[in-house]
Amino acid sequence: MNQPVNRIAVNRVQKIFQLKPGQSVTVDGQVSDRIKVLSGIDLDIRQGEFITLVGPSGSGKSVLLDIIAGLTEPSSGYAAIDGQKVTSPHRRTAYVFQQYALFPWRTALENVEYALEVRGAGKKERREKAQYFLSLFGLTGFEDRYPSQLSGGMQQRVAIARALSTDPEVLLMDEPFAALDAQTRDILQSELLRIWEQIKTTVVFVTHSIDEAIFLADRIVVMTARPASVKEIVEIDLPRPRDIEMRNGEEFNAYRARVWNALRDEVRKAQRDWALASTYNN
Amino acid sequence: MTLATEKPTDLPPRVWWSRPAFLPSTVTLRQALGTIGLGLPALFAFALLWEAAPRLGWVNAIFFPPLSRVLASLHDMIVSGLLAEHIGVSLQRAAIGFVLAVIVAIPLGLLMGRYPLFEKLSDFLVQTLRNTSQFALLPVFILVLGIGEASKIAITFYAAVFFILINTIVGVKSVDPLLIKAARSMGTSDWDMFRKVILPSAVPSIVAGARLGVKSSLFSVIAAEMLAAQSGIGFLIQNSSLMLETDRMYAGILTLTVIGFLLNYGLVAFEAWATRWRVSEDKGAV
Repeated sequence: MNQPVNRIAVNRVQKIFQLKPGQSVTVDGQVSDRIKVLSGIDLDIRQGEFITLVGPSGSGKSVLLDIIAGLTEPSSGYAAIDGQKVTSPHRRTAYVFQQYALFPWRTALENVEYALEVRGAGKKERREKAQYFLSLFGLTGFEDRYPSQLSGGMQQRVAIARALSTDPEVLLMDEPFAALDAQTRDILQSELLRIWEQIKTTVVFVTHSIDEAIFLADRIVVMTARPASVKEIVEIDLPRPRDIEMRNGEEFNAYRARVWNALRDEVRKAQRDWALASTYNN
Repeated sequence: MTLATEKPTDLPPRVWWSRPAFLPSTVTLRQALGTIGLGLPALFAFALLWEAAPRLGWVNAIFFPPLSRVLASLHDMIVSGLLAEHIGVSLQRAAIGFVLAVIVAIPLGLLMGRYPLFEKLSDFLVQTLRNTSQFALLPVFILVLGIGEASKIAITFYAAVFFILINTIVGVKSVDPLLIKAARSMGTSDWDMFRKVILPSAVPSIVAGARLGVKSSLFSVIAAEMLAAQSGIGFLIQNSSLMLETDRMYAGILTLTVIGFLLNYGLVAFEAWATRWRVSEDKGAV
């Protein structure tokens, strides 16, 4: 019963995008109107695990999240949650976006309520739950603010509260702190960990920041440049609960070097591709 | 589940009451009063000229009675209840046509904005109808619907429906795709997507269209009443003119001005209320 089970299984997932008529790309000297973003991703994620996904820009990390979320279909292969193939958004999956994606016409409280509302929860139940999850993020007193009246950090707190309010088994986060300033980012990382330590839901977290990836993760999945596959998986064996001071430690530095080593060639390759693409476009 | 919470540090201090965005701040209110104050002398000069010109024989007092006589006539009509009756008739016609336009245009606009095939099928017809003047169609309405209420309601409907329709389509098309994606990730059904995401997101655009539609409806009903009616402000103005009761005619025109004024400010206030969630100039917390 307590044996770790795979919550998420990603099995030989490929994704090929069909470009619009008139558009084309050059891959290895071949002109094509199709672009391969994911080339056979295999990944097993255990229940309650915190996974961070790093890789060069444009390597299809977000596409992989969309496939696990059931928002995009893979071209071949499949993603499964608890052994069930994902074909549409799973009831126990929640998604947090870089740009918060709050409904601007709803107050903070009403935004958190939304996820419960479309699941058919009663008015009283969803109000109480929404208030509880806002309080978890220190947002008591801000329930009636519209998103435009909240700072970026507060808006993302509301978005995470909304995601957690449905008690998700899988929490997908697509660079959730990338749009925030460095201080707010540090605070939110610690806050997220503090809450995660208690609910232990399975998290897949995409980031560009190696420090963020190490600080949060049980395992870091390093992706290759496009077409992406899993380059390396780095187990992070740092004690929990984690403290921000850890980042100055020797162990942390060692991880930093190791992840950067895995990533460096891929980032170079991605940049070469960009340079190549821009020469062709000119 | 009870979790320990330490208070995050980047939160601004608690605020117990902050002014809702649709209420003017004291600063804007003072500015508005200042603007009105500055505008008053010109208005007063205009009134004075209106009063003096006919009395001094600069213009013919039969065609251009002094303001005091116009106001006296207005007062009489208010006291006798005549004015209220005509206003009521005109507003009722405009309102019925406008409400019908809203009922037709919003669902149609939601469909046209959301489903490209539906838009392609209907867009050409809509554009053709939209570019046909409602006034040109008045004879048709009268021939088909008779000289009674139906033809007036038809013209007010026609005058408003395209403003609302076009703006609904624009509003639907400009919904942030990220919000749709977020809603989908939370398992929103198609029906809820329309009701809870697309429609509220299109509200600012729809309300802006409705504001234009209301004015257009009112102006159209006045014109229709001038051409063929036995009641309404348009009839009052036209009929007084034919009878050479010019003070009454001007009283009618002034009434229309006042109604236009009130309607405009009412609609602006409604628009501010309906879109109160938008970024306001004084953010409560940044």
